[in-house]
Amino acid sequence: MKFTLSWLKEYTSVEYTPSEIADKLTMAGLEVDSFENRFAYLDKVVISRVEHVSKHPSADNLTCCKVNIGNDEDGNNIILNIVCGAPNVREGLVVPCALIGATLPGDIEIKKSKLRGEISEGMLCSFSELRLNPELDRTFAMAGKTCGIMELDSNLIIGTPIAKALNLDDYLFEVDLTPNRADCLSVIGIAREVAAFSEPAKKLNLPFDDIDCEKEESGSSHDFSTCHTPSTDSLSINNFAKVKIFDPDLCPRYTAGMLIDVTVGPSPFWLQDRLLSVGLTPINNIVDITNFVMMETGQPLHAFDYENIAKGTIEVKRAGSSIEFKTLDSKAHTLDPDMLMICDGDRPVGIAGVMGGENSEILNTTTKVFVESACFNAVSIRRTAKQSGINTDASHRFERGVDPAATKDILKRAIYLMAKVSGGKIVNGIIDENPIKHKPTEIVVNTDSLNSRLGTTLSYEEIKKNIESVGFKVTQIISNPIESLELNKASRILPNNTNDTLNNMMLVTVPSFRVDVTRAEDISEEVARLWGYNNIQTSFPKVLSKGKAPSTRIIIRDQIKDIMNGFGFSEVVNYSFTSASACDHLSLDASDERRLVEDILNPISEELSVLRTSLIPGLLENMRRNNSQQIDSLRLFEVGKVFIATRKGWQPIENEMIAGLWTGLREPISWSAKPADGDFFDTKGVVQGLCSSLGLDSDKTIFEKADQLLCPYYQKGQGAIVKYSNKSGTKLIGSLGKINNQVLRNFGLKQDAFIFEMDMETLLTVIDAPNSMGKALPLPKFPSLSRDMTLILDSNIEVGAILSDIFALKENLPILEDIFMFDLYEGKPLAEGKKSISMRIVYRSWETTLTEKMISGIHADISKRIMEKYGADLP
Amino acid sequence: MDTREETQHSNLQEIERDILIEIEEIKSLDSLERLTTKYLGRKGILTAFLRNIPKLPVEDRPSAGKNANLLKVKLEGLFSQLKAQLESAAENNNDFIDVTLPGRVSVRGTLHPVTKISREITAIFSRIGFEIAEGPEVETDYYNFEALNISKYHPARDMQDTFYVSENIVLRTHTSPTQPRVMEKVKPPVRIIAPGKVYRCDSDVTHTPMFHQVEGLMVDCNVSFGDLKGTLSTFIHQLFDEDISLRFRPSFFPFTEPSAEVDIECVMCRGKGCRVCSGTGWLEVLGAGMVHPAVFENVGYDTEKYTGFAFGMGIERLAMLKYGIDDLRKFFENDMRFLRQF
Repeated sequence: MKFTLSWLKEYTSVEYTPSEIADKLTMAGLEVDSFENRFAYLDKVVISRVEHVSKHPSADNLTCCKVNIGNDEDGNNIILNIVCGAPNVREGLVVPCALIGATLPGDIEIKKSKLRGEISEGMLCSFSELRLNPELDRTFAMAGKTCGIMELDSNLIIGTPIAKALNLDDYLFEVDLTPNRADCLSVIGIAREVAAFSEPAKKLNLPFDDIDCEKEESGSSHDFSTCHTPSTDSLSINNFAKVKIFDPDLCPRYTAGMLIDVTVGPSPFWLQDRLLSVGLTPINNIVDITNFVMMETGQPLHAFDYENIAKGTIEVKRAGSSIEFKTLDSKAHTLDPDMLMICDGDRPVGIAGVMGGENSEILNTTTKVFVESACFNAVSIRRTAKQSGINTDASHRFERGVDPAATKDILKRAIYLMAKVSGGKIVNGIIDENPIKHKPTEIVVNTDSLNSRLGTTLSYEEIKKNIESVGFKVTQIISNPIESLELNKASRILPNNTNDTLNNMMLVTVPSFRVDVTRAEDISEEVARLWGYNNIQTSFPKVLSKGKAPSTRIIIRDQIKDIMNGFGFSEVVNYSFTSASACDHLSLDASDERRLVEDILNPISEELSVLRTSLIPGLLENMRRNNSQQIDSLRLFEVGKVFIATRKGWQPIENEMIAGLWTGLREPISWSAKPADGDFFDTKGVVQGLCSSLGLDSDKTIFEKADQLLCPYYQKGQGAIVKYSNKSGTKLIGSLGKINNQVLRNFGLKQDAFIFEMDMETLLTVIDAPNSMGKALPLPKFPSLSRDMTLILDSNIEVGAILSDIFALKENLPILEDIFMFDLYEGKPLAEGKKSISMRIVYRSWETTLTEKMISGIHADISKRIMEKYGADLP
Repeated sequence: MDTREETQHSNLQEIERDILIEIEEIKSLDSLERLTTKYLGRKGILTAFLRNIPKLPVEDRPSAGKNANLLKVKLEGLFSQLKAQLESAAENNNDFIDVTLPGRVSVRGTLHPVTKISREITAIFSRIGFEIAEGPEVETDYYNFEALNISKYHPARDMQDTFYVSENIVLRTHTSPTQPRVMEKVKPPVRIIAPGKVYRCDSDVTHTPMFHQVEGLMVDCNVSFGDLKGTLSTFIHQLFDEDISLRFRPSFFPFTEPSAEVDIECVMCRGKGCRVCSGTGWLEVLGAGMVHPAVFENVGYDTEKYTGFAFGMGIERLAMLKYGIDDLRKFFENDMRFLRQF
């Protein structure tokens, strides 16, 4: 919402500076986005005098002038050479001069230039070039018209900026209105707030007060009394038009008036200036008045060419069927049957509250004008505006709610002004169809409850004074409010408990323009904002010091992030959206669950058009981006949700996942070690470390060769799945592997990348809760004994199987404490296809110190079993 | 003096003199070791002398023994002193390393700034008794709007550009749906804080289609707007510092009444006015208000018994102020040069 200070002053006196106004409005809940001097564009336009003129040597209609623009620092006149085309330019003329660097309305930049070979260092200006009131021009004032550059009072001081010299002083404010304050979508609404700054609040000077001149149906002398506007004596509006509302639920009130003998043409300066000052484009005098009054009062109006209203009949009704309709911006729309239309005797002539039709718009040839001022249902207008995609200043206001009580007054104001600017005659009478009458909203307010909600101790009188300053009326309740008023429960803050005495109860009548105020809590906001939020004492809630620990999920998630940091992985956060092609880029199988993507109906772009079903594409994209910045070694991880679509119209399943990426060097480049790239086993180490840090038993964490169908993005033979096996069964908890070349290419990557992905949802089912009780084991009393075992076996035998076989013996062999592998060798002197593995088995008894003799048999037995099962040999 | 005694005496004196000469030449632990062996070893000179004492005449034995032992103690002292000197010299000279060579660094990972500041925010509220709640990111129209008193054709829907996945399923536009979701499950008192991702159909220099918010909700008997002011002041003072002033401005949210925008004194210029605060000295960081009774009605709370406050804030916004980040988009580009700073 834009308004100017000068416009505001039409309705209230203002004793504040523009910055004070901005500040006070903001603190009253009308956030001022900006305020600026409206005439800032005139900064480089000064009062000048034409000292000398001579004919342009090569152009008949141009004059070369020596123009005095005032003194320099040393007191000498500055004389500019300016070429001027105005017929009234002459020596001694005092005239506005736009200097080099000025930007005039219409984005005209003043530059040093040559006109037909003659240098010109500025521009002598007409009032229209400066968008100024022509009355400032002496020739205009004298002759009533103008014929060239502005002729100014010769007493003005040369060199003074024109805004200063002519006292041009106005500020443009822009307010970022919240949707509830429909009443402030008008200059009068803003003025009401500004008037309330003063104490006591100032009375508004409303333009309707003058127009008390309606004599409906009387047929007698009919003038808009103080207006002195010609009106037709004999004809009543009823002779011209009739209005019928078919759908009062969508249109509770429709008022209309008429003018005849109208001359449509450009608006006078004051009207154009008002519209231009708030960014509206003048169209013609009739339409300009509808816009002016809308800006003034907040009530959208529409003017029809009466001749194009068939049968002089207006019918307000739902479209009924899908129809094509061309609005006055010449665009065709297909309208929904439920949309409210303004129709004439034959056809629709306007989309109610949104935009008029091209078929009945005001043209230069129009002589009879039918003016509409109506109330429409806010929801209906909003639905229509949304569905048709037409958002207008009118629909914006109707959606938020217009004053249902001012409809007719505003219409009269508009008709009066139209008559004034168009020379038309006002037809007797006003049509006022009002099937649903406005009833003022009354709210019972318990001042104790109000104070307790706000944390204030305001008296009845203070509350009354505050809300009455912006148009509310407070009446004392003299009998039991429950008995005396029909009230719904919602309009009270607290029940009418027995302790309530009547002197803390007030009946508040809401002004008709405050359609947003419907219950006692709304009154509490009015009181709070008028009293000042910053005057409300700060306090602290009195609460039980009782709380719950965060959920396991939150604790585990935080732990995971810390553990990953410890492993050198940095956290990334990617968008939850991805490209629809991400699944293809990962080569996912058609049957893969991750193909069940949820499409966004209104995506920002193709790249962000579906919800992600995997974290991997995001990490690979992060790798691409960093690689392109010469950052080749990366360890990244993300913890976030993936979304698996379910049924159309249902929420997708949200699964939290953990994924990591390792690419490039294992360690940062260093003097002490040869650079080596991270590999599968580095990544596996991270996964193992993560699992054990989360309290998973390492012997229950199983790594198996990944199925290509399940993990098609891993290089064949270099992918693994991670399972966890406990009492409740074996669960898939994640996977890891080397990204295959095809997928690397799909993501524009050139170097090896290793990925792991863990499923948080499953992890949470196998991890002990953070508050679960553990049991620490006593320390062993007897020393352990280790024996090594080296075996030669076929290269294709998986070591994991051997290790877990040995581990499995633990159950019947309690002295087997641990086993780990410490060497792996392939190559000469071993035969082709053979490898040697060395393992160390640790034995320990809890009862005695083991001796060589006690374990040699056992060790040999284990070794024999493994050799037999796997066809292994001793070295 | 007896000649024998003299001989013995002169022998000891000679031994001592020889040693004192030889000891001067000792420059290494090895030669010291040899010298020690030469005199004090099993076959050493002084050892031999001591061993020879029983063969001396009875009357000479005491003085010879005494003198020889004195010399032995003296030598042992000298040798150990010298050994310590040589050892420390050897340490200083021989095991030299360049301590300025870079160490073998363990790679350090970093938390995303959103995680970092979220932890700070939730920690502050946890200290004053708030519990952490979470909710789905893909929401029903009901929880995202209707339950929060934003009906289908309410103009407030224009305040947020919504991503739709179907007619009634949206990507949540704020963390506020957590409010009704929690209130449907628990009875007052309620004190929750709900951080999470939110989505708006908006992308330019100052908007990303996804960002993070924290929602707060407190419901109990007699909770006032003053309490809201106190709680948020505590929060801002702990997140930034005690000197930051707050300003509460009337505003509008359909699910609070009264509603407020909360500005904090610009943390960059301390209220003097700068580029970050557009010269106003204030930064808008929070939306808040007293829970609208319609929201309570939707979850079946007694509007006459309970009041509550709610607030919400953008996490990236706070992170930008706290860490001096100048561009919102950096949060989701995941450039290591940015991430490693946290």
